Amino acid sequence: MEIAALIAHWRCSPVVDLATFLIQCLNAVQYGLLLFLVASGLTLIFGIMGVINLAHGSFYMIGAYMAYALAPWVGVTLGGGFFMTLAVGLLLSIAFGYLLEWSFFSFLYEREHLQQVLMTYGLILVFEELRSILVGDDVHGVAAPAWLSGSVPLGDVMTYPTYRLFISAVCIAVALGLYFVLARTRLGMMIRAGASNREMVQAMGINIKFLYRVVFAAGVALAVLAGMIAAPVSSVYPNMGGQVLIISFVVVVIGGIGSVRGAMLASLLVGLVDTFGKVFFPEAAGVLVYVLMAVILLWKPEGLFRLG
Amino acid sequence: MMNLRSSWPLLVLLVFAVMFPFFGEKYYVDLVMKIMILSVFALSLELLVGQTGLVSFGHAAFFGIGAYAAALLSPQSGPASFWILFPAALLAAGLYALAVGALSLRTRGIYFIMVTLAFAQMAYYVFHDTKFGGGSDGIYLYFRPEIAIGGVRLLDLGEPRAFYFFVLAALVLTFLLLAAAQASRFGRALAGIKANEQRMRAAGFATYPYKLAAFVVAAMLAGVAGFLYALKDGYVNPEILSWHQSGAVLLMIILGGLGSLRGAVFGAIAFVALQEFYQSQAIFGSFAKHWQLPLGLTIIAFVALMPKGLIGLGAQLRMRKAT
Repeated sequence: MEIAALIAHWRCSPVVDLATFLIQCLNAVQYGLLLFLVASGLTLIFGIMGVINLAHGSFYMIGAYMAYALAPWVGVTLGGGFFMTLAVGLLLSIAFGYLLEWSFFSFLYEREHLQQVLMTYGLILVFEELRSILVGDDVHGVAAPAWLSGSVPLGDVMTYPTYRLFISAVCIAVALGLYFVLARTRLGMMIRAGASNREMVQAMGINIKFLYRVVFAAGVALAVLAGMIAAPVSSVYPNMGGQVLIISFVVVVIGGIGSVRGAMLASLLVGLVDTFGKVFFPEAAGVLVYVLMAVILLWKPEGLFRLG
Repeated sequence: MMNLRSSWPLLVLLVFAVMFPFFGEKYYVDLVMKIMILSVFALSLELLVGQTGLVSFGHAAFFGIGAYAAALLSPQSGPASFWILFPAALLAAGLYALAVGALSLRTRGIYFIMVTLAFAQMAYYVFHDTKFGGGSDGIYLYFRPEIAIGGVRLLDLGEPRAFYFFVLAALVLTFLLLAAAQASRFGRALAGIKANEQRMRAAGFATYPYKLAAFVVAAMLAGVAGFLYALKDGYVNPEILSWHQSGAVLLMIILGGLGSLRGAVFGAIAFVALQEFYQSQAIFGSFAKHWQLPLGLTIIAFVALMPKGLIGLGAQLRMRKAT
């Protein structure tokens, strides 16, 4: 009986339908790319500063809440608009990241991992409660800009929301920008050098403090951006950072610490496994990503790309 | 190992714990019981972090599995047999730890922290997303098991005072077991691994089996704590496996001070005391619902200023005076 039901499930499973398959693929890529924005900052901060930052998920949460809370204010003072809100949020996040590195994280570099874990854990509690005090604990929706809220036809009957395509496009643009900065500019060279040998970079006379601050601010901005553009799809809710944080950890572990390339590959892998897991094995969907991690660790205990 | 000078605060605590149920209010007796259970939990993690140097950020999984085993295997109609329920809880936590440990001990440092966290999260989702353990609503445990030999009931855990002393005995036994382990060859090997694993290997120790053994034993003790927790509240839900719980227990052993068993107990006391203090409406009024804000700030300040924990406070102060 069980087996018959399973076979029936397989036979009418959405894969047969090409358009649905395509939609799931697009969803998987979109989710993976969004994860990449969070995980790339996390992996750079690990790789370069050697700091395990549990509060990174909070930046994603802060981004989403900024998309919600800044919109009315931006509407009054700057004439409004989704992109204006995005720009204001990004500027704020860079300033915030810069200040946070200066006031808090710069004290963590010399500490043991365990102490970093606990201090950043404390920071999560602080951020979550401040969010609760400032914005409250309700779930809020965020409106996508009108011209993006339609949908694109896909096949004969299916459609795909334009906004999700927009998310993917933004993520790809950011990823390309990141690649360009890391691979082609002087700053990127310093960052790559910092990831592979911190002491040597210092010995070469590069202002490592400034480098750290830039990398940290960029990591915060990436996570905030991810939160802001995800808000219209996911809505904003308490503790939304925790989930993202842990999946981002999985991404970093799979991709290899400090490797942006690895983070990209791992994000897409995780996105695919998670999305198709929900289609085929809805009961086990939450677990599959971790099974993926276990398999990859068996094969390569240090992740797919060690550094690079 | 332990001398009288360093263990007198523990003896005072023990005497207090023995006498407390005879004069304490029910709320506070319950609180002491909670502290004792969390002490077992903290002690189990101390074996890993403090004694072996393995920072596990997924220890709540084993606590939760012990608790769920107790709840799932208890019949709804009457008390289960302790001799089945207790070993089952230990076995469940131990088996999961064997699998997780075998994999995660292939990694080290930051990886180990993240991998243990991820595997704990996996267990969390098993209980949270499937109907197997009641989903996110959790399940109830209606009868505490009975301890009987040959049909003769020795101890009825359903009786509050009997259960209190049972928890106390579990704590004392856990402490003594870990103290004995610390002094044994096994404990020395773990201390060696913590100090310098490379050198231990060079000295001819296969460190991996030692680490795996420590991981499994620690998980089983966490399972004991979870088992007691389920019996105490008669209710379990997935939140006891969440990473906040793993963070809380790490915090306890840091609060108390790493590297000593006493520290774990003091840390559990300090953690519950802090939580009660910040949640107290009498002191903080309506702000008490934001109790995690002062708790978070306290964690940060504490780790920044007193990295050696409460038991290291004396030495830290002496150092400061000397310099």
